[in-house]
Amino acid sequence: MSLKTPRKDLLDIASLSDEEIEFVLANAVPFKDLFKRSVKKVPTLKGRTVLTLFYEPSTRTRSSFEVAANRLSADVTHFDIESSSVVKGESVLDTVETLESMRADYIVVRHKQSGTPNLIAKNTRASVINAGDGWHAHPTQALLDAFTLREKLRDLRGARALIVGDIQHSRVARSTSLILRRLGMSLAYLAPGSMMPRETPDEVGLFGNWDDALSWRPDVVYLLRVQSERLDEPFFPTAAEYHKHYGLTDARVGILRERGLWLMHPGPVNRGVEITDTGMNYERSLINAQVENGIAVRMSVLYWLRPGALEES
Amino acid sequence: MTSASDRIRQLLDAAGVARCLDGIAAAIHERWKDEPRLALVGVYQRGVPFARALRQRLRDRGMEPDFGKIDITQYRDDLQTMTVLPKLEGSEITFDLEDAVVILCDEVIHTARTTRAALEELLGFGRPRCVQIAALVDRAGRELPLYPRYSGIETDLPAGERVCVRFVDGDGVDEVFTCPWEKK
Repeated sequence: MSLKTPRKDLLDIASLSDEEIEFVLANAVPFKDLFKRSVKKVPTLKGRTVLTLFYEPSTRTRSSFEVAANRLSADVTHFDIESSSVVKGESVLDTVETLESMRADYIVVRHKQSGTPNLIAKNTRASVINAGDGWHAHPTQALLDAFTLREKLRDLRGARALIVGDIQHSRVARSTSLILRRLGMSLAYLAPGSMMPRETPDEVGLFGNWDDALSWRPDVVYLLRVQSERLDEPFFPTAAEYHKHYGLTDARVGILRERGLWLMHPGPVNRGVEITDTGMNYERSLINAQVENGIAVRMSVLYWLRPGALEES
Repeated sequence: MTSASDRIRQLLDAAGVARCLDGIAAAIHERWKDEPRLALVGVYQRGVPFARALRQRLRDRGMEPDFGKIDITQYRDDLQTMTVLPKLEGSEITFDLEDAVVILCDEVIHTARTTRAALEELLGFGRPRCVQIAALVDRAGRELPLYPRYSGIETDLPAGERVCVRFVDGDGVDEVFTCPWEKK
């Protein structure tokens, strides 16, 4: 399948066509095959510049994009916010103007404010990739999650995913839920009332405890990271309390093992909060596969986007 | 696929294609019949059925060469300006390339830019002992110093024409003809 309409930016999952999702997921396969070769590099983006612009701290996502861009032979530069004029009060658009003058071809953005990548995309000819904005979206995480699950389940239609944790404040939950439903999966959420989204589609199951959630017979359990910044807010009393009621305890790992369920987590994990050491060593954990696949999927996204293309949305 | 009305002239009919394949296979056999590490690698798209056809003929002669496929999409210098973005087929080199003798197969060699890209992609998998090039059609107009060791026919065409190759394996017919460049 070839793709006729070029797209400039990747801002969310909702605006993607089925054809585009399929194109990115299908092309990630040969990109992953590249990792097995003696030379793990192709010249696809030779001469192109990829800038990472992270207003929120991130090691994993940023590194993943950097490795992906490097393997495509792009020149990769990290725009260091901490030591830039941003801390002196420069606005996002002023920064973008600077990056535009540097002739960046791709800008990978993470920002705590939802919608910032969209704002940047409208003001630059560079392709903008949303690497997470507020509670809104994290499209490359969603694509890599779908890719990882498809490697194991092949066809996602009819399969069931249970997402556990702070659904309400999670851009990962939002984007991954969207793509998994688009690919035909059934979804359910397990969360404390304070972390459950106010509005969910009717077909998404909502559970308040593990027993009920597991009796729904999921194929995969997707744990969300407990965001430590929320520990100061009254969403749950303590980390220990969260672990007891919503974490993947050793006993719950035993149930997953008994039923052969897959386990996912976007990382980084909080051991002792949403997961234990036993959970991390669980043989059907896909957490490391998610990291590896993240590079392949981000290579596929970089291959797909066209700097300067007319944004059709 | 190019329709019959786009044809300018036929270069080879099915019998002609078969003669060329037989001749190339015979030459490869003659040179490498005692080589245990021989491999045929086809360049997407029609280099692949071309390589398969050669492999069959070498098998008929008692050889069992390894087989692989090369996708050069990511080496194209016009990727960023293409209006239709191609899906990646992905290269498949499942045998050990170290110290192998590789016959790189493409249905047409013209400027040799595709061949250069295919070589670059191939060498990403390892270090073969030797690489030779086989082409069904060797068209004049080289822009890089790469020449086929084995070829079926040589031809020199006007700039507005391109060579179209069809194989039974995939197209339902063995044939080589020319058609206008713009009709793809």
